[in-house]
Amino acid sequence: MASAPLLAGCGEDEQANTATSSVVRVRINGEAREITVDNRTSLLDMLRERAGLTGTKKGCDQGACGACTILLNGQRINSCLTLAVMHDGAEITTIEGLERNGRLHPLQQAFIDEDAFQCGYCTAGQIMSGVGCIREGHTGSPAEIREWMSGNICRCGAYTNIVTAVAHATPNA
Amino acid sequence: MYPFRFSKADDERSALSAATSGARYIAGGTTLIDLMRETVERPDALVDITALPYRDIDLQPSRLRIGALVRMSELAAHPGVREQFPVIAQALELSASAQIRNMASIGGNLMQRPRCLYFRDVSASCNRRSPGTGCAAIAGRNRTHAILGTSDACVATHPSDLAVALVALDALVITRDHNGESRIRISDFFLQPGSTPDQEHSLGHGALITAVEVPVVPESRRSGYLKVRDRESFEFAIAAAAVALNVVAGTVRAARVAVGGVATVPWRLPPVEQALIGRTASADLWREAASHSADGAKPLKENGFKVELIKRTVERQLATVAGLP
Repeated sequence: MASAPLLAGCGEDEQANTATSSVVRVRINGEAREITVDNRTSLLDMLRERAGLTGTKKGCDQGACGACTILLNGQRINSCLTLAVMHDGAEITTIEGLERNGRLHPLQQAFIDEDAFQCGYCTAGQIMSGVGCIREGHTGSPAEIREWMSGNICRCGAYTNIVTAVAHATPNA
Repeated sequence: MYPFRFSKADDERSALSAATSGARYIAGGTTLIDLMRETVERPDALVDITALPYRDIDLQPSRLRIGALVRMSELAAHPGVREQFPVIAQALELSASAQIRNMASIGGNLMQRPRCLYFRDVSASCNRRSPGTGCAAIAGRNRTHAILGTSDACVATHPSDLAVALVALDALVITRDHNGESRIRISDFFLQPGSTPDQEHSLGHGALITAVEVPVVPESRRSGYLKVRDRESFEFAIAAAAVALNVVAGTVRAARVAVGGVATVPWRLPPVEQALIGRTASADLWREAASHSADGAKPLKENGFKVELIKRTVERQLATVAGLP
């Protein structure tokens, strides 16, 4: 592995379960996947670069912005701050897995209805975090939504409409 | 990030064996992975301990036992903890973000490494990261650094909020190694930097944290955590106070006060507690007692404001907790 690039984690691996790579079996949006990853690969990089699911975004890559938020076994987490290799057997939901039979999730629809984004880069993370926030029961007031959504940064400043979208989607989600 | 070997421990024995062979434990990973990416941490091997049986929250009449792998969000949401230890629930919910609280473990929270920018920048001098190279913070940008418990070698603050609450409550850290179980008073667990800032805690090499125990005391019910930050949410403390009071017929019978964001370790304040006990609760008493909050402080060039700020933080939280029903 002496020749391994320092910023590895995105390339194709030569073989399974070497000293520094492993096979990960996960269900992503209901579909069983088996992916060989360098042990350094974050769950985020596995989703984007190996599973081809680029809806989940990489913002800061250090857990500060929330753009990479996904649901891991039903709970919202930062996929950049965890290793893919730690999640053999896990159930993962990304933004691509929210729609049902061609219908958007109520929170996706609420983001459109409330104009809750501008550039859109943080939006997938905002929506996944919002789904988690609603499930956790922390959408009782705008102040509560702001506090419990504080792990998601929007540099366009669409916060007002994001809070409204989460509040409006809560009874339907 | 440098390459590493990865294994998953099925039980304590396999975890301890892996650590004996040089592997680092990983649970939530929210600190370690971040620091590995910055190459501050460079383990050759990781052993995932998340399958170990340390996931229970057990509340008994005399004590609360928290498994080391309990997530921050789970502990904060526990109804018994919210009722009997509000200071713990509040410290947790004022920490990090909802996503990180769903990932980070209680044991890992205690093992967090400093947020000092020089510690996290491998091109900077840092005695904690690279012993003997000096401390860039002492003469550098140190607005967020410590005023208490500092040394010529290191002035980084301890980042945990939970640990401040646990120090106030005299918690025990339960550990396990090849020789069996140890119970460490949390005030002995965290080490001030002195001349060896790379030694952050008294955990033996390769030992596991299995649980944290917190004694139930009358004042733990009347407790709370105040955190002062540069922004309202998802930020580390500039100053913070954990307070628990037992006030009977207007007289303070017991007082527990610890502060965060201003010291190199979670910092108990015996002078403040002693100034409170046996005295009549009043706004004047809170101010007088809180005036001892920065005793022994050594402010740096940019953080002198913390001397007054920590006094006011403690005063306000004493008044808040005393006023609870």
